[in-house]
Amino acid sequence: MKMSSAPSTKPAISVRNLTCAYGDDLVIDDISFDVNHGEIFIILGGSGCGKSTVLKHLIGQYAPRAGQILFGDRDIVTSWGRQRDEIMRGFGVMYQGGALFGSMSLLSNVSLPLEEFTDLPSEAISTIARMKLAQVGLGHAVHHMPAAISGGMVKRAAIARAMALDPSILFLDEPSAGLDPITSAELDELIRRLSRDLGITFVIVSHELASIFAIADRVIMLDKRVKKIVAQGDPKELRDSSDQPFVRQFFHRQAQADAENTGRENE
Amino acid sequence: MKPDNSDNILRIETGSGQTVLHYRGRLDATSVAAVWEESTRAVTGSGGVSVDAKGVDYLDGAGAGLMIQLKLLAAKAKIGFSIAGLDPRFERLVESVDADLVGQSAVFDRDRRGFIEQIGQFVGDWAEEGKSLITYVGECAGMFAWACKHPRKARWRDVGLSSIHVGVNSMPILLLIGFLIGLIMSFQSAVSLQRFAAEIFVPNMLGLVMFREMGALVTAILLAARSGSAFAAEIGTMKVNEEVDALVSMGLSPMRFLVLPKVLATMLMVPIMTMFFNFASLLGGAVVMLSLGFPLATFTSRVFMNTKVMDFTGGMLKVMVFSLLISGIGCLRGLQTRSGAGAVGVSTTRAVVSGLILIAVADGLFAVAFFFLGI
Repeated sequence: MKMSSAPSTKPAISVRNLTCAYGDDLVIDDISFDVNHGEIFIILGGSGCGKSTVLKHLIGQYAPRAGQILFGDRDIVTSWGRQRDEIMRGFGVMYQGGALFGSMSLLSNVSLPLEEFTDLPSEAISTIARMKLAQVGLGHAVHHMPAAISGGMVKRAAIARAMALDPSILFLDEPSAGLDPITSAELDELIRRLSRDLGITFVIVSHELASIFAIADRVIMLDKRVKKIVAQGDPKELRDSSDQPFVRQFFHRQAQADAENTGRENE
Repeated sequence: MKPDNSDNILRIETGSGQTVLHYRGRLDATSVAAVWEESTRAVTGSGGVSVDAKGVDYLDGAGAGLMIQLKLLAAKAKIGFSIAGLDPRFERLVESVDADLVGQSAVFDRDRRGFIEQIGQFVGDWAEEGKSLITYVGECAGMFAWACKHPRKARWRDVGLSSIHVGVNSMPILLLIGFLIGLIMSFQSAVSLQRFAAEIFVPNMLGLVMFREMGALVTAILLAARSGSAFAAEIGTMKVNEEVDALVSMGLSPMRFLVLPKVLATMLMVPIMTMFFNFASLLGGAVVMLSLGFPLATFTSRVFMNTKVMDFTGGMLKVMVFSLLISGIGCLRGLQTRSGAGAVGVSTTRAVVSGLILIAVADGLFAVAFFFLGI
């Protein structure tokens, strides 16, 4: 929630010529895109196209084979030491399974970053952690252990923990995966509310179409065959007007054969 | 260094029972840490509190947390509270949280259990532990009866794999420790007995102690540390990953699939392991005696001079019981694993501790029984 009085005109994140590989296995080949301040930006694509790989490169977990990942003027790829810590302090990450610490209550999970990185007194830490949990609708469950709550609650608690240090950017890895439609819709509403009320920039990896249409301001679509971005823009516009077979196939939930037939009929 | 209000982020104005808190600049984690205590203290004893936030040009979660805390304290003291001049963007952040909910959960935090309740909980936990132990022993007995009745249906392949893990893979450490214990015991005894020119009796002592007591005991302790913990960790991880639940939902008994092969393998391998351990310790003793100038024939003849068949069979009987206890308790602790990554560690520790206690208790009972039976 870094609400500066004069928002920067620069993108929140600029990715330039990013190439990702695991050993000799090339996953992403020379992609570039920008994420603007305050927008909900979704990286989508089929299974195995490298969505999570891109996310893990964005958060500095993996080093790219080539390219730049700029947070403002600072490149997370080449930065190290205190500068890298400062970049990383500016964003929060929610992993696919939540990754809450199982031996700690939700309150302790959210308090941990505050205890480690601020000089706040314990009463202040407790109040702020409760506030974060209340913001994600878990104000009633602060003393619950991660094992004792549902999958949707785990994801919301993980978002609260990611928000603990008021980052300006939140990275979410498949937030809707494995959730029922109602819980998934509630999570979408939470993301929209946090974006609207607190001005957080969201970078989300997802392939849940309902969620994408509900929350995304802008998307990029990756294709594992070409290892590049094959489409970007407003998801509804892409669904309705894209002339690319793969994009149509993805947004209309068609199998390969169906898409080819539709393509021939259109011709 | 503790942060302070040296930048004048907070100015407090009091008059006619009202307290006005003037904030300016950034209200983030750093500045809030500097003014938190001063701000909350100002609410106490005041007739009403108002916050002047006109000068605030940045407020994040920490700043919002401070505003909510002030609101809660004012409500608790039943005095008026208001915030004026806060930028609408930051106002949304403060209002996005239900302060009453934060306050309620804070009250719940202080709800600790009383001493009597803790004693009751402790006794209840022990009763529950006793009940589960009795149930488990009954299930184990039933499982053995089933295995005797249907020997071809027992999972012998798993028994073989467990035997390799328990027995074959533990041989290097078992032989090393056996050799060193034999060597050290013989050397220490020889140094003491040399004063009486009685070092010739070292092999007699070594044979008796190893066959009757130490061989079984040390092998059992090694088994508890190496295999009991491994059983608990393996089954515990399966429990956390819901693999045990999957077995039950398929109508398969975790006792038959997981516990029986491990217990059988342990009971089959441990007597052999003990014999190897005893042999290694005798080798250690032989090295010491040879270095003292006694021939090997003297050593071997004296080792078996005082050792009777019942000493050997008693040791074997003991180690069979120890192995049953260790493997059984290791598997039980694994099955009792709760959820979460830390739970596997807890189960592993409990398996080793319980195993060692059971060995000590059983060994004491054997000592008494052997005494009365004249063995």
